[in-house]
Amino acid sequence: MNLQSVLVLNVLLVTITVILSVADVLLGSNRQQLLRINDDRELSTSGGGTLLDSLAEQRIFIPAACGGKGTCGHCKVVVEEGGGDVLPTEEGFLTPQEREEGVRLACQVKVREDLSIRVHEALLEAQEYLGEVVVLEDLNYDTKFLKVKLLSPRTIDFKAGQYVQILVPGYEEFRAYSIASPPSQRDALDFVIRLIPKGLCTTYIHKALAVGDTIRFTGPFGDFFLNEQSDRDITCLARGTGIAPIRSITLHLKEQGMPRNVSFYFSARTKKDILQYEEFKQLEAEFPNFKYYVVLSRPAPEDNWDGETGYITDTVAKYQGDSLKDTEIYLCGPGVMIDAAMEVFDKIGVPKEQVFFDKF
Amino acid sequence: MGNTMNIFLAAVLTHNIALVYILGMCPTIGVSRNLKTATGMGVAVVFVVTLTSTINWFIYNLVLVPAGAEIVSLLVFIITIAASVQLLEMLLEKFVPYLHNAFGVFLPLITVNCAVLGVSLLMVLRDYGLVQTAFFGLGSAAGFLLAMMLVAGMREKMDLTSDVPRGLQGPGIVMIILGILALGFMAFQGMVDL
Repeated sequence: MNLQSVLVLNVLLVTITVILSVADVLLGSNRQQLLRINDDRELSTSGGGTLLDSLAEQRIFIPAACGGKGTCGHCKVVVEEGGGDVLPTEEGFLTPQEREEGVRLACQVKVREDLSIRVHEALLEAQEYLGEVVVLEDLNYDTKFLKVKLLSPRTIDFKAGQYVQILVPGYEEFRAYSIASPPSQRDALDFVIRLIPKGLCTTYIHKALAVGDTIRFTGPFGDFFLNEQSDRDITCLARGTGIAPIRSITLHLKEQGMPRNVSFYFSARTKKDILQYEEFKQLEAEFPNFKYYVVLSRPAPEDNWDGETGYITDTVAKYQGDSLKDTEIYLCGPGVMIDAAMEVFDKIGVPKEQVFFDKF
Repeated sequence: MGNTMNIFLAAVLTHNIALVYILGMCPTIGVSRNLKTATGMGVAVVFVVTLTSTINWFIYNLVLVPAGAEIVSLLVFIITIAASVQLLEMLLEKFVPYLHNAFGVFLPLITVNCAVLGVSLLMVLRDYGLVQTAFFGLGSAAGFLLAMMLVAGMREKMDLTSDVPRGLQGPGIVMIILGILALGFMAFQGMVDL
């Protein structure tokens, strides 16, 4: 390639950049717009951007796992006034009922006029946190235990079972992880994170992060948390890293002296996939009303496993059967496990309002 | 004029950008679930292709050829397409918000659509003049719109009436529809030629 071609290319690039910058100044709609949230808060924001970004600018963090690309469908808010019609990019994520209620994806709604929106109260309490990694150790061959000490703000208030969204630096994308520590531990958070091959955030945590590094996250989010108003017995089911929110819940109950009967079923593929076995075994020894069952779905021959095998739901049905009807059930794990478990509980006749789940 | 009309017709039928050149498959498969969005996408492509192929003609013939820099035309075309789509989006948002709402969301998708780039590159390969380029661009885009609408129309009908095997639902059946449509378009061969 000769020098002239390079020169021409550069001149064209500069020209195009100048044209676009001028157009942006002349045409950009950066007029101030009014955002009314839940009828009681009014914010002024510079228009033109997406609702998701405008809210983040105002320190209101709507969970969006994809970082605002319109692919995860998590950032649902109710838009009561303004915002235009539902866009084709949103259609796939909204049920007909949601469309009727005015639910939109915050990352697709542009702030071009005054908007009146409704978001979950709990989301308004979510904040951005900066923390420092103090512990990062292997729990088994593909899962790490991460402890993050909070630097600013210094404390966090959350309910046992909720999650935060960790920011992957450089990519500016968020991924959701359940908190594994009890709410009483306000100055640091625990996580249980499995390495997913080619997973963005898990690779970051497993391969790039080291003790002493800082990490950013927003939260707390989620409506999966321990119902403290009730005194029913509790049945918890978890598979893999689904153990995290269940650990938070059980440790929270432990601090209260285990006021309710708890049965915890943990499912893993083989023996080497079991997480935090000693910790829960000890809990079982300490409290007679805490029962701990490990179910291996596909034990390896060298495991010499003589405990429970097969589906986790079979084990639950075997030990608790019809008595499940009077318990509160907390489920956390992959979608297939939860769907299968919901079907079983439905058959047994557990009322839907007593079943809480967190799919990932 | 006969020549330009020929080019237009050929671009729609015998040299259809989607069904004969098999370009721009991403939106053809992805955005063809219902007729309304497919039409929106198609109309946006008509705008963008006609606009960018004309702009690229000017840049190629008035800047790149005199400067002897034809070698960078691929890079320049991509950048021009991206920039003009951006500009078009801004203009629409400001002055025709209705139109922006209707197909503004498709514009960023089109930036990286290979059919758009394909038209600009073909116009160079075939030594088209300005008017020919404009008609070729318009024709190709109209052909793309036609293909999108055909696929979407069929998919809408099939959703209601056909029992598509599970493994073929979604993109699978679209591939088959496209294949059959492409075969059908072969029947136009000989009607007009470039």
